[in-house]
Amino acid sequence: MKTQNQKAWLFVLPVLLLVAFNALIPIMTVVNYSVQETFGNNLFFWEGMGWFEKLLHSDRFYSALGRQFFFTGMILAIEVPLGIIIALSMPKQGFWVPVCLVTMALPMLIPWNVVGAMWNIFTLPDIGLLGYFMNHVLGVSYDMTQNPTAAWATIIVMDVWHWTSLVVLLSYAGLVSIPDAYYQAAKIDGASNWAVFRFIQIPKMKNVLTIAILLRFMDSFNIYTEPFVLTGGGPGNSTTLLSIDLVKIALGQFDLGPAAAMSLIYFAITLLVSWVFYTLMMKDD
Amino acid sequence: MKKRYFIPLIYILFLMLPIYWLVSMSFKTTGEILSGFSLFPQEWTFQNYRVIFTDPTWYWGYINSISYVTLNSAISIAVALPAAYAFSRYRFLGDKQLFFWLLTNRMAPAAVFALPFFQLYSAVGLFDTHLGVALAHTLFNVPLAVWILEGFMRGVPKELDETAYVDGYSFPRFFVKIFLPNIKAGVGVAAFFCFMFSWVELLLAKTLTAVQAKPIAAIMTKTASSAGYELGLLAAAGTLTIIPGAIVIYFVRNYIAKGFAMGRV
Amino acid sequence: MAKITLSKLRHSYYPNPSTPEDYALKEIDLDWQDGGAYALLGPSGCGKSTLLNIISGLLMPSEGAVLFDDKDVTALPPDKRNIAQVFQFPVIYDTMTAFDNLAFPLRNRGVDEASVTKRVNEIAQMLELTDMLHNRAAGLSPDNKQKISMGRGLVREDVNVVMFDEPLTVIDPHLKWKLRSKLKELHQKVRATMIYVTHDQTEALTFADQVVVMQDGEIVQTGTPVELFERPAHTFVGHFIGSPGMNVLPCEVRDGGAFLNGTNIALEGDIKCQPGGLTEIGIRPEFVTFGDTGLQAVVRKVSDIGRHNVVEAMAGDLKIRAIVESQPPEKGAAVHLNFQQDQTRLYRDGWVVLSEGGQNT
Repeated sequence: MKTQNQKAWLFVLPVLLLVAFNALIPIMTVVNYSVQETFGNNLFFWEGMGWFEKLLHSDRFYSALGRQFFFTGMILAIEVPLGIIIALSMPKQGFWVPVCLVTMALPMLIPWNVVGAMWNIFTLPDIGLLGYFMNHVLGVSYDMTQNPTAAWATIIVMDVWHWTSLVVLLSYAGLVSIPDAYYQAAKIDGASNWAVFRFIQIPKMKNVLTIAILLRFMDSFNIYTEPFVLTGGGPGNSTTLLSIDLVKIALGQFDLGPAAAMSLIYFAITLLVSWVFYTLMMKDD
Repeated sequence: MKKRYFIPLIYILFLMLPIYWLVSMSFKTTGEILSGFSLFPQEWTFQNYRVIFTDPTWYWGYINSISYVTLNSAISIAVALPAAYAFSRYRFLGDKQLFFWLLTNRMAPAAVFALPFFQLYSAVGLFDTHLGVALAHTLFNVPLAVWILEGFMRGVPKELDETAYVDGYSFPRFFVKIFLPNIKAGVGVAAFFCFMFSWVELLLAKTLTAVQAKPIAAIMTKTASSAGYELGLLAAAGTLTIIPGAIVIYFVRNYIAKGFAMGRV
Repeated sequence: MAKITLSKLRHSYYPNPSTPEDYALKEIDLDWQDGGAYALLGPSGCGKSTLLNIISGLLMPSEGAVLFDDKDVTALPPDKRNIAQVFQFPVIYDTMTAFDNLAFPLRNRGVDEASVTKRVNEIAQMLELTDMLHNRAAGLSPDNKQKISMGRGLVREDVNVVMFDEPLTVIDPHLKWKLRSKLKELHQKVRATMIYVTHDQTEALTFADQVVVMQDGEIVQTGTPVELFERPAHTFVGHFIGSPGMNVLPCEVRDGGAFLNGTNIALEGDIKCQPGGLTEIGIRPEFVTFGDTGLQAVVRKVSDIGRHNVVEAMAGDLKIRAIVESQPPEKGAAVHLNFQQDQTRLYRDGWVVLSEGGQNT
């Protein structure tokens, strides 16, 4: 049992100060902007809830949000099952385990804009490996600067390439922590492979999977750099995710008010979905 | 070989393809790249790398990146350790709310914070410094470090603390001499994640720097656009950004799987 | 239910074992009768769990065969052997209720739901789990979880043998004896062959009709608890069983007699073996008494352990323990020790020298 001790606050204080500096002040700034209008030169006018109202009636916002949800949905639908399958088929011990882990973790350690640039080079229609293969070997017309479907497919495959390993590593960690006795008992009880998966592996992986899905949700919902470098939101607006649109408005057009209001709604959605998901997953315990 | 091993094998192959392409591109001349498709470099050139290692704006980019990433990992771990200890050992007013609030910072889109961060860090004079970027990155790294470390500390029985006090250890000595060695794997894993997320982040790092502390990744984008379409140079710079990550991950390879499982991640 | 025969069983975890040390199990031959209660007793690392896993089919032996009712099952997987195993830590399916846990082995084998319900209720009754049948198994206490694992073993009526691999490790001490007597009671009810692996002599001796003592991958002795106590075949068994263990005293063998510090000690029979090797006298503390003549010694320590006292005396540099029911001598007193002749045995290189029957000389 933990002891009650208010002095523990002293231990938390450095974190608290640091995060307060980093999170509270900027959030206050954003809240402040979100209710004002500016014409530059540090002139601000009270705008009230105006920006929020406009935003909630703007098609541009909804289509960007829709694209963002579509992207995240696809990512989760592909990466989670794929990650589990790969983790299940990996060797449990021996020389190849660290080899697998190191090579699989590699994409996660590449700076995000390099990831975008790398995929850009990889998919160039005539001189990229994938682009050349699609256009000249398979004979499929593939150019993501022209074709929205190709652009979408590319950013999704890129994210699968970039982040599936996170699900793999977490699932794998959950799997190797299952004691052998469970598998042995299941063998003796005559359980099928499916039953082992359903009644042993999935329940034992539940915690790490919750984390994996949460992290993947948050990060894919907030994704900016990689698709921006790869497609720049195009062709047209077809891959302009919410984050890309936000940066466009805030840093490109310097429309601080609308950008701030959008930020807050964006943040609120992330929080809400994460919280609902977390509560649902943890309900049983 | 078992049949199911084909699945990870194919996956790894898929992971390696774009990386191969990047590396192979970095050894090609601009002429070869633009003249058409070639699977291997036809005439090997180190010219792209030579440019990077002789031009100070390039190699300073690396030094900048590594400086703030290291600084960030050190700060994050240093402040997260006592906090994680408090969360794993004590109950105090508002502990659960605080923990959740810390985690919410992990959820904030970096795009949301870019502009306010720029203003804040300019106001306190940390704009374009290594410390500035390192501090900014604690926004998402400190919550993560607290989270991972708390999981590891929870696995250390409380009796260890009590025995040490009975043996007459003061708290700081106990913490450094006895407690830390017990969670060294956790510290390693947490440091790895701090390194990773700080190394790969670009939006904040780019927003908060101009010249003095500009990260390599930002220099890449700038050079790529200003110097025309120099794909070979870009590829070489990209290849070099993979190396620090690969080194770090090699060192923690044995902790990764265990670390994930032990921590309350 | 079945008779179990282990024939010339050897096992090594190395691919190409060369020396005897490479073997976790060295040549095991055993016969276990149908319906018996057996214990495998030995210190950690003696190979008892390896042996258990070979019987259950989780491990394939390097050499030799496992036979159930004279049928070779060495190559059969665990689920084809009709065995059940209870592990050190309770293995339960977290997401299922206690009922579903117990029903799991039956349902996997396609038993109809009516029979499943009937059988599960029967077993739950036996294990006193009826009240919690519809609770989630994950929320139960460790002893109830362990009962569920036992129940999963017992639920199949055709089970050949139920094996227990140190099943009481995680159970609170005050619940251990309860579960132990429950187990004994179950054995009498279901009459299945049961094998109980443990390093705890009390658990082994109270549970089993026949105890197999193992050391370093070898069986050192098989016998009833009384036999193991009265006639240890090896000094290891003498040490391992009994509290305190048998006194094992290096002695000198000459002129047809055994001598400790120059004092001739009367043995249970004549010495027929050739001289040489390491010779030791084994005598249990229970059979050491004090007298007016005999081996001279000085009392070093007296410990009161409840019903009796354990006296530790030094004869030269030999430490000899004696169990005394009456008033023990004072610490520091000079005493004479007598060994009850029919319980005083000679061991050579660890093994008892059977002076009566003489087969082992």
